[in-house]
Amino acid sequence: MVKKTNDAPPFFKSPSYRAWREKVYASQKERKAHFESISFRDQPELVTPENGGSVDYAADLGNPGEYPYTRGVQPTMYRGRLWTMRQFAGFGSPEDTNRRFKYLLEHGQTGLSTAFDMPSLMGYDPDNARSLGEVGREGVSVATIEDMEILFGGIGLDQVTTSMTINCTATVAFALYFAVAKRRNISFDKLGGTIQNDMFKEFIAQKEWICPPAPSVKLTCDVIEFCSQAAPKFNPVSISGYHIREAGATAVQELAFTIADGLGYVDHCLGRGMKIDDFAPRLSFFFDVHNDFFEEIAKFRAARRLWARLMRERYGAKTDAACKLRTHAQTAGVSLTAQQPVNNVARVAMQALAAILGGVQSLHTNSMDETLSLPTEDAVRVALRTQQIIADESGVTNVIDPLGGSYYVERLTNEIEAEAMRYISQIDAMGGMLHAVEVGFPQKEIAEAAYKFQLGVDAGEQVIVGVNRYSEGGEQEIPILKIDHSVEKQQIERVKAFKEQRNKAAWSHAIESVESACREGRNVVPVLIDAVEVGVTLGEVSDIYRKVFGVYTDPGML
Amino acid sequence: MTQDKTAQRPVRILIAKAGLDGHDRGAKVIARALRDAGMEVIYTGLHQTVENIVRAAIQEDVDCIGLSILSGAHMTLFPELLNTLKKEKAEDIVVFGGGIIPKDDIEALKALGVKQVFIPGTHTQYVIDWIKANVPVSE
Repeated sequence: MVKKTNDAPPFFKSPSYRAWREKVYASQKERKAHFESISFRDQPELVTPENGGSVDYAADLGNPGEYPYTRGVQPTMYRGRLWTMRQFAGFGSPEDTNRRFKYLLEHGQTGLSTAFDMPSLMGYDPDNARSLGEVGREGVSVATIEDMEILFGGIGLDQVTTSMTINCTATVAFALYFAVAKRRNISFDKLGGTIQNDMFKEFIAQKEWICPPAPSVKLTCDVIEFCSQAAPKFNPVSISGYHIREAGATAVQELAFTIADGLGYVDHCLGRGMKIDDFAPRLSFFFDVHNDFFEEIAKFRAARRLWARLMRERYGAKTDAACKLRTHAQTAGVSLTAQQPVNNVARVAMQALAAILGGVQSLHTNSMDETLSLPTEDAVRVALRTQQIIADESGVTNVIDPLGGSYYVERLTNEIEAEAMRYISQIDAMGGMLHAVEVGFPQKEIAEAAYKFQLGVDAGEQVIVGVNRYSEGGEQEIPILKIDHSVEKQQIERVKAFKEQRNKAAWSHAIESVESACREGRNVVPVLIDAVEVGVTLGEVSDIYRKVFGVYTDPGML
Repeated sequence: MTQDKTAQRPVRILIAKAGLDGHDRGAKVIARALRDAGMEVIYTGLHQTVENIVRAAIQEDVDCIGLSILSGAHMTLFPELLNTLKKEKAEDIVVFGGGIIPKDDIEALKALGVKQVFIPGTHTQYVIDWIKANVPVSE
């Protein structure tokens, strides 16, 4: 029985958001003075067609696989093919990581992702004094073609796609990988994978560099040029917001600086005489996926639309491929807590779900123990299973862009795109990303946001479960991975022996070739592939970069 | 001699990043928080050698060094820092640390002479209070 009241039901009226709001808030109190996202964005209590929820389907969304790709870059999305489950792995010796790669492939992982150690990432061989204590600790130690051969021993380079997270020495890692393929008689056009090779974000956030920004960007674009000519299945750059976000950026800053980095590479490549439709299809992206569920989903949708519009409207790209923003995502390492570490499994699951609802092409899920050390096999397996549960149990893969048309998600997508575009215009006005990075603009914006966030955490306004709310003291203990200290000694001896054995004449000729390619401003990649084949090491190439291009040091801005 | 507490000069502190580690979010946030708490903070910037850190600490006449390490190299770099300070007869400078450092290693580092190690999730006020309580300010 419906209870009768004296008021006539307002069936004849269209529901007015403003009237509803006035009525409700005349008497209702909320549990907080204001609601904001983790990125300090004010959140409305409700979105309706009246306050930003309406959308122009053709102009703003389009169908999946169609411009502006808001709903996804593939026409069938996960109904056609699931995303690539790609767990980042690397530690110890090349043998150690080769074993972990095989373990992951046996457990259903569908692509490889290589983490290198700090000396490899910063351009030092294991036998350099600066490498002491860091060899094989944060990733795998790779300095020579022999190391790269062992790392991918028994793995068909034309069978899996491989991602390599390496930047200022990306040219060398790329050359080592391609030289191994050459030795195995695999032609370059059969190699699929991605090398991160994104130097802008190094100066902005990750801080692994050798030389100053201008020559660094030139080296990045050498790989882009090489792939656009010789390795059509390989992504020569992964333009990364991940590190920008982890350094403390907001969602909008992450998006804006990443897209602006991409524009920086586009401008450089065009300046070399390359054609937008030849190289833009090879540009790939990498975003963080953080705690704020809808903000993250909207960020991915806004990223695709923003990039597509810039490619078409600013650069006149004609092909669909040049306009498609394909992206990898990784759950937010910075959101994990050392306190009550098992809670991290829940965080990762929700972040991963947001990435999938956001339509990413590949995903890494962090392991629960990663604020304590590199992950154990057991922890990595739970992280991988989390993706498999989303793929096979949750049902979210059945329908393409299931949140498309949600009043809230569409408004968020519009707002994030517009806010990111404001930053991009600011960077344009500074003369582009190269100059913005040189004067420390994005660096400063991020440091401000990071500090503001910490103040919020300290004040208890930004809640971290198990840290500033529901903390327990007496911490949960979970097993952590210990890296064998003998790895360093072993890698030092190995690289020394390698240097003894190589053909001295061929080696010194190769060193000269690399140096003259650098001095003459030629593309270094073909020269490096030949050089590493005759035994030139990662540290030796980096020394040439230091000598020719100069050394960059941290300005240490607070 | 008795000291007038209110007239005491502020703590001078060097926040340092050593080795190849590029993670500077924590170091920069802590440096700003300590500065906002009235301390005199010098930040080395990234990728310093231990030798450079000790030289800067002596030149700047600091009371303590906060070394941030998230690269796993803590069992190499902290002992090197303590030894170099001893060699330079500057072992009165208090050394504390921060970063991703497992519990067993924290115990080992404390046994070597690192006064305290702060892990992610530490309230900045806790760090400030700890420094006030544990770093003597000489005249």
